[in-house]
Amino acid sequence: MPALRIENLAKTFPLKKPLFGAAAPGVRAVRPVSFDVETGETLGVVGESGCGKSTLARMLVGLLEPTEGHIEIEGRALDTADPAAFGKLIQYVFQDPNSSLNPRKTIRQVMEAPLKRLHRMPRPERDARISEIFASVNLREEFLDRYPHEFSGGQAQRIGIARALAANPRIMILDEPVSALDVSVQAQVLNLLADLKEKFGLTYLFITHDLAVVEAVSDRIVVLYFGSVVEIGKAESIFANPRHPYTKLLADSAPVVGRPLTAPEQKGSELPDPLNPPPGCAFAGRCPRATDLCRTHVPELREMGEDQLAACHHPIED
Amino acid sequence: MTAFLKLLFRNRLAAMGAVVLTAILILVLITPLLPLQNPDATATADRFKRPFTEGYLLGTDHLGRDLASRLLHGTRLSLAVGVVAALIAATIGSAIGIVAGYFGGRTDNIIMRGVDMLMAFPYILLALAIVAALGPGLMNALIAVAAVNVPFFARNIRGITVGLAGREFIDAARLAGMGHTRIILTELLPNVLPVIIIAMSTTVGWMILETAGLSFLGLGSQPPQADLGSMLGEARSALISHPHTSIVPGIMIFLIVMSINLLGDGVRDALDPRLRSGALSRPRATTLVERAGDIPAATDDLLAIQNLETQFHVGKRIYRAVGGVSLAVKPGECLGVIGESGSGKSVTALSVMGLVASPPGVITGGAVRFQGEDLIGAPYESLRRKRGDRVAYIFQDPLSTLHPLYRVGEQLAEAIRSHHKLGKAEGRARAVQLLKDVRIPNAESRIDDYPHEMSGGMRQRVGIAMALANEPDVIIADEPTTALDVTVQAQILSLLDDLRRERGLAIIFITHDFGVVAQLCDRVAVMYAGRIVEEGPTRAVLDAPAHPYTRRLIACVPELGGGRRALAAIPGLPPAVDDLPSGCAFAPRCDKARESCRAGDIPLAGTHPRAVRCLYPEEAV
Repeated sequence: MPALRIENLAKTFPLKKPLFGAAAPGVRAVRPVSFDVETGETLGVVGESGCGKSTLARMLVGLLEPTEGHIEIEGRALDTADPAAFGKLIQYVFQDPNSSLNPRKTIRQVMEAPLKRLHRMPRPERDARISEIFASVNLREEFLDRYPHEFSGGQAQRIGIARALAANPRIMILDEPVSALDVSVQAQVLNLLADLKEKFGLTYLFITHDLAVVEAVSDRIVVLYFGSVVEIGKAESIFANPRHPYTKLLADSAPVVGRPLTAPEQKGSELPDPLNPPPGCAFAGRCPRATDLCRTHVPELREMGEDQLAACHHPIED
Repeated sequence: MTAFLKLLFRNRLAAMGAVVLTAILILVLITPLLPLQNPDATATADRFKRPFTEGYLLGTDHLGRDLASRLLHGTRLSLAVGVVAALIAATIGSAIGIVAGYFGGRTDNIIMRGVDMLMAFPYILLALAIVAALGPGLMNALIAVAAVNVPFFARNIRGITVGLAGREFIDAARLAGMGHTRIILTELLPNVLPVIIIAMSTTVGWMILETAGLSFLGLGSQPPQADLGSMLGEARSALISHPHTSIVPGIMIFLIVMSINLLGDGVRDALDPRLRSGALSRPRATTLVERAGDIPAATDDLLAIQNLETQFHVGKRIYRAVGGVSLAVKPGECLGVIGESGSGKSVTALSVMGLVASPPGVITGGAVRFQGEDLIGAPYESLRRKRGDRVAYIFQDPLSTLHPLYRVGEQLAEAIRSHHKLGKAEGRARAVQLLKDVRIPNAESRIDDYPHEMSGGMRQRVGIAMALANEPDVIIADEPTTALDVTVQAQILSLLDDLRRERGLAIIFITHDFGVVAQLCDRVAVMYAGRIVEEGPTRAVLDAPAHPYTRRLIACVPELGGGRRALAAIPGLPPAVDDLPSGCAFAPRCDKARESCRAGDIPLAGTHPRAVRCLYPEEAV
């Protein structure tokens, strides 16, 4: 049984109705998306800005109500959009550690909230649990009575992780957890996340735009483009053997030491406009392999080789 | 709290207000204990006694009542009414504002349109209407004044709440299982409370004045009860013959409102975080220069930063952001500067053209030579002529560097016009050509776009076009691709590379990404805690890093194609630049550090072109 299963999850943001005439159809931030995350797995989600990865994450924790589709955690459907119902099973680590902590609360107050509200834990048990969690994220207990502004980015992100852990969730959604941190601190936090996963038997959904980071931490990777899944595959092979031209473009664009600088696509190609989406494959306008079929028909996600799925009419063969 | 009081009393006017107000408050608080006459006891024989007559310190009014006694009792009443009205208005208004701002959408719309309707009436008319409906009386005047001021609080607090409600800690609270009421009370309220207090301190004087106004019109306190407004109203008929009866309450109203407003403004200024950080003080046009020591001699480089020291002086603290950095570029060369946040790489870049904000920035040593001429301490006009013309900048976030209200074409033309004479048509043609140079498709039509109509990558191209506008000799690019997606970053990097090869541009490229440096730069300098710890040809430094920091920094960065792995993190944090350790700044985090590393200053040594600031380098250079 997968830890997390999402089926046809989609979100459309309605546009403001103009004074005269009918409302526009709305922006489809996430088109119907389905995938499973196995227990103990780290699923990486990559994509560029505007691809819908944060919208997807917010739906998964109940901060945003999906327009359609449903979410199943360990076989149980979660159809309400009440964050408290989600909270015990699935938690979220925010990108910006400083803005995710209330500047006027001590760290102890921040840490106690999920224990009090979600688990109704009495005081002595709470203190014991907080000590245990703080020890596992390598934070000193004297930090508990300080305020968020006294911490560096890396420490604040550990506190954010500790808060998510306090709810004792099965699944953690990590939304760009290290992109606001310096590289030397980034490695500390990534290693900590790997240790915690082992220790608490967690399942991770790791959202990022950094290909090297996602490859280093994930078992499988989902590539999103313009609100749709374009490719799913194993972390070790997806960037080396991409099937979808977009995945290849991403892999070729990442700056790598020792690779000469070349522009991997024609200069001046523009991203699709969410207010006026193209009828066929959203990537067709940038794709060197695009044909008329791509411009009229949306490709379905289908099996391509072992453990790899891609949504492309003309996939790259090896 | 003590810091707040210190800040408050540094403002002399606010301190004066506080003293006057405290004196008045003490007086009215002890009024019942003072040996005063009954304020309502009439003695028609003693009408209109002048002040300082025996038995009547401030004289008497038209019914022979003791003015001193009436004044103190009246002030007591007026202050109480004003403060209570302010509290009521603040409570109701803030509650409305928080609810509207937190829930947003339709709730917000309905509530705020109601508030707008209330605001559409002139306030005094509204107050009169309320009192007319409820009947005259001090209580009803209080209700009227409070009601009239509710919209002010509601709108103010709603604005703040809307900003806070979108913050991530509110989402985090929802995920921790808190309900709406609890989020409003424990997450939002503590954050808006300072704003409520500021709004109250600046309006309470106004409300006292409004209550006095209603009493003056006979709608507030009813005879014989004294408050400041009714005292003025009763004295009005004797204004010419016995002016002291109006002057006495008049002065009191003046003192109260003046002192409350001065204190309120002081409280607002002291609580405003922007003011505390000094961000509201206008920076000078160029960075302040206070150089001690020798000025290095000229070299034949195009741009040479020589032993530059830039500090930030905040109060008594001195932050040594840049502690003796030397860098140089030749035409057509690309120099990479790598460092983590706080390493001083951006401050070094901004110091070149005197763009570090002063206060608090001060350049305390070294030189920056452009074609041999020292730019540090150069007159403003000479710097201004070179800024953007000979040395141009590209910044990280093009959205905040482009003016949102001007079309990009106009901004490009302006960049040229501030250095060269240029006609309107000519300027437009140049702007189109520049957009073509940075490969913006449909340049002729995109030139009339506003910045918000372009994507991040397109905006950064405009930023580059603007830097190229005057064909500069040097471009300083401060993390120009950090905010961009990888596919866009690849395009921008190849564009910069083409430009420097075509035009012989020298580029100083600041970044934290080794991959980017490896692809674009000929040489690289690694900065740590305000100093260069290693420099050399990019290839040599990346293949065989000599400084332990460089080696371990490279090891921390995951590289694409490396597969799943644990990363070699560097424990600890970079040092704060206001409290640098003696000797090597990296020693506390370095596993090779010995006693000698902490002993004293370590020079940057090696054979040209490589150099390293380490006593026990990984590689001999």
